[in-house]
Amino acid sequence: MTRTSLSIAAAVVLLVLPFAPVPDFWITQLNYIGLFSLVVLGLVLLTGVGGLTSFGQAAFAGVGAYATGYLTTVLGLSPWLGLVAGLAVTGVLALVIGALTLRMSGHYLPLATICWCLALYYLVGNLEALGKYDGLLGLPALTIGEFSFQGERRIYLLIWGAALLAALGVTRLLDSRPGRVMRALNTNRGGGATMPEAMGASTFRYKLVMFVIAALLASVSGWLYAHMQRSVNPSPFGIKFGIEYLFMAVLGGIGTVGGAFTGAALVKLAEDQLKVWLPLVFGGSGNYEIIVFGIVLVLVLRFAPDGLWPLMARWLPARGARAVDENAPPLGSRSHPERGAALLDVRKIRKQFGGLVAVNDISFAIRAGDIVGLIGPNGAGKSTTFNLVSGVLPLTSGEVELLGQRVDGRGSRDIARAGLSRTFQHVKLVPDMTVLENVALGIYLRTKSGTLRAMLGLNAAEEAQARAEALRQLRRIGLAEHAHELAGNLALGPQRLVEIARALASDPSLLLLDEPAAGLRHKEKEALAEVLKQLKAEGLSLLLVEHDMDFVMKLTDRIVVMEFGRWLMEGTPAEVQASPAVRAAYLGADE
Amino acid sequence: MDLTIAAILGLDGLTNGAIYALVALALVLVFSVTRIIFIPQGEFVAFGALTLASLQMGKVPGTVWLLVMLAVAGAVLDLVRAARERQAFGRIARRQLGALIGPLLIAACTHWLAPQQPPLLVQVLATLAVVTAMGPLLYRVAYRALSGASVLTLLIVSVGVHFALTGIGLVFFGAEGYRTPAFWEARFDVGPLSFTGQTLIIFGASVALIAALFVFFERTLTGKALRATSVNRTGARLMGISGDAAGAMSFTMAAFIGALSGLLISPSTTIYYDTGFLIGLKGFVAAVFGGLASFPMALGGAIGVGLIESFGSFYASAFKEVIVFTVILPILLWRSFVDPHHEEH
Repeated sequence: MTRTSLSIAAAVVLLVLPFAPVPDFWITQLNYIGLFSLVVLGLVLLTGVGGLTSFGQAAFAGVGAYATGYLTTVLGLSPWLGLVAGLAVTGVLALVIGALTLRMSGHYLPLATICWCLALYYLVGNLEALGKYDGLLGLPALTIGEFSFQGERRIYLLIWGAALLAALGVTRLLDSRPGRVMRALNTNRGGGATMPEAMGASTFRYKLVMFVIAALLASVSGWLYAHMQRSVNPSPFGIKFGIEYLFMAVLGGIGTVGGAFTGAALVKLAEDQLKVWLPLVFGGSGNYEIIVFGIVLVLVLRFAPDGLWPLMARWLPARGARAVDENAPPLGSRSHPERGAALLDVRKIRKQFGGLVAVNDISFAIRAGDIVGLIGPNGAGKSTTFNLVSGVLPLTSGEVELLGQRVDGRGSRDIARAGLSRTFQHVKLVPDMTVLENVALGIYLRTKSGTLRAMLGLNAAEEAQARAEALRQLRRIGLAEHAHELAGNLALGPQRLVEIARALASDPSLLLLDEPAAGLRHKEKEALAEVLKQLKAEGLSLLLVEHDMDFVMKLTDRIVVMEFGRWLMEGTPAEVQASPAVRAAYLGADE
Repeated sequence: MDLTIAAILGLDGLTNGAIYALVALALVLVFSVTRIIFIPQGEFVAFGALTLASLQMGKVPGTVWLLVMLAVAGAVLDLVRAARERQAFGRIARRQLGALIGPLLIAACTHWLAPQQPPLLVQVLATLAVVTAMGPLLYRVAYRALSGASVLTLLIVSVGVHFALTGIGLVFFGAEGYRTPAFWEARFDVGPLSFTGQTLIIFGASVALIAALFVFFERTLTGKALRATSVNRTGARLMGISGDAAGAMSFTMAAFIGALSGLLISPSTTIYYDTGFLIGLKGFVAAVFGGLASFPMALGGAIGVGLIESFGSFYASAFKEVIVFTVILPILLWRSFVDPHHEEH
């Protein structure tokens, strides 16, 4: 039995339960678990995948609940309009909060959401129109046509229908074009913005998308909760619940869809028991369960940082590798310049860090089909030059022209779009994605499917094309047999090659390789040299920053030499080898 | 509104702002040294106030038991670690004695003093000792093992610690709120303004503490070591500065500042077991104003928060908290212009 068929079986069992003679108590429990899971699924996406977090999810649920509460009880409108209104208000609020915080360090979002959750709680609790702390009473039951979802067993269908659909949507999303970018963003797992930006993806946009999806899921949960309770009041939307949702996500397993359900179920069931037992121990009454939650949270982060679901999932059948359909129609290719045409023209680029001139008015040009090496002793400014050309660092002054377009001052995303792709000196692969998925990240700009299409499963055709293309690139560098391994399990040599495959996958006119041979063993260097020779034979244009003289001399047509940030000389490998100035720069010379 | 009311509100805002400034300074201190967003700072404030309130009633404050629990938990964790690393027995014993005896002694003294209703000053000193001693223990128990973790993980740990401490506060102090007596009952009238002795003490204590922090960071070797750790943890370690010691140190200072803030604010505000959270968060709003990194800007932010709160409560008292916490949005907007691309590096 595969993982997929097990999931389908579990979903069917869950949806049949209310028709079976299950006690009402358990149906009610499951209703709560479903409602919580909806919110926690959003946190799985935001925190587990994206490495961002929010304590304001309870407040977004509150927006969903109060929107429908106000529309149905005060204005007498349909609950379905209430849903739409709740989603609209939630979406706008999430966009505003996200736009303010997501460009900055990751810790501003949680702080902002704590404040926002408190502000909303006190606002709702003091507004006359929303019934102050008493809330709104007498919400209607949900109906579709003549069918009413009144009663535990009926609203159950809506709650679990929504929770399972959300789970399906999030699962699909994670295995898609936007999902791969989201998974590359997590700074807690060594990800970040630089690589996805160099692949042409706007990382800010995807952070915002994740935050908005998480907020909308919470809003739906709030809407369902309001119509299940048939009343709304501020207490379930305060900061305590905001924190509890995060607790559920961490306990269950912050990065997995299964973890959302596990965490929601465990916390709900444990909370009920603790609420009975703890007051007997401590006497009096109060939210004593938060002591246990707090301590368990610290312990989980210390001893099982991936949560409990991965421990349970070990007993399930392994997820099989999805086959690649190699007959999928190939993706379109950009038009590349003729051999010998002007490709890259770098004119007097300069980078100052305070008083230090790291790159001092460097100029060079590359024609289509050229293999150019950029060399120099340690600290000569090679990698900085490289980062200036690829847009990772802003220039202090100078001009860069790529295929006749001025690209200086543009970000790496725009430069990628203009036809340049690169690798990184410190390998930037997503370790918990397969090699194939990592390479598919490079195809970002050649495909179109967005978040909504991915969640609805409308991206299948394009996804097949992307996977086939990724496999083709892997074959090109000789790593096709490792396609379904996790990238983090490869040695450094193959990882470097995967980086090259990912860059090639974007179909670049110019490929920039940042110290591809650094840290490689002899055999690995030979394999790399083979791949580069083959790319050269295919007519690809390359700019290579490299330390290893031998390696550069054998491969390149021309070499630019830098020293202390300055241009030292340019020439064929033979000329560079013969130059006394270069020898002096590398080995030192008597004045 | 006339000038008189404005002046009164202004004074009120400055007084509260001084307290938020202390909290904000502690938050910036802890964050810059340890990268921990220390949500439970407010709990130190509440524990300070409630400990003094218990002593006033001649009761043994619950924080004494919490201190003992933390000390024992810290010792157990240390022993486990020592056993795993097969450290020499003599070294373990010596360190355990050092780390256990201090807190236990403070707890025992306070336990003995409590029923005797000593003078206010002694009660204040006992309160400061009990809460300050919890600082390094809390670091040892909850954070030390995770000191290499990401800011996000440390933040979630902080939230866990906040939950646990609030719940424990409820167990020890119950749900009712307390006020403590003012340190100085005098009143001074200057024009329309009436200063209480307590207001003057709040200003005096805040200024003294800020000055002390300045001297500590600029003039002492320990202070410079903490600054070095905040700039580059690995680099500082290579220079022989222990990250753990720096963490414990910053927590000690944060706990002391927290307890002091609690003592200063509780004559004018009723403190409940969970009041600290809101005070701490207002400190955060102030600290975010300085990007969680700048002491002077956090100070300015704190005064701003205090003023907004006092004027907000005059115009729309029910929405006071709403106004204060919504202020974070314009602050963030402004921050995003000041340091937009702060990621990764």
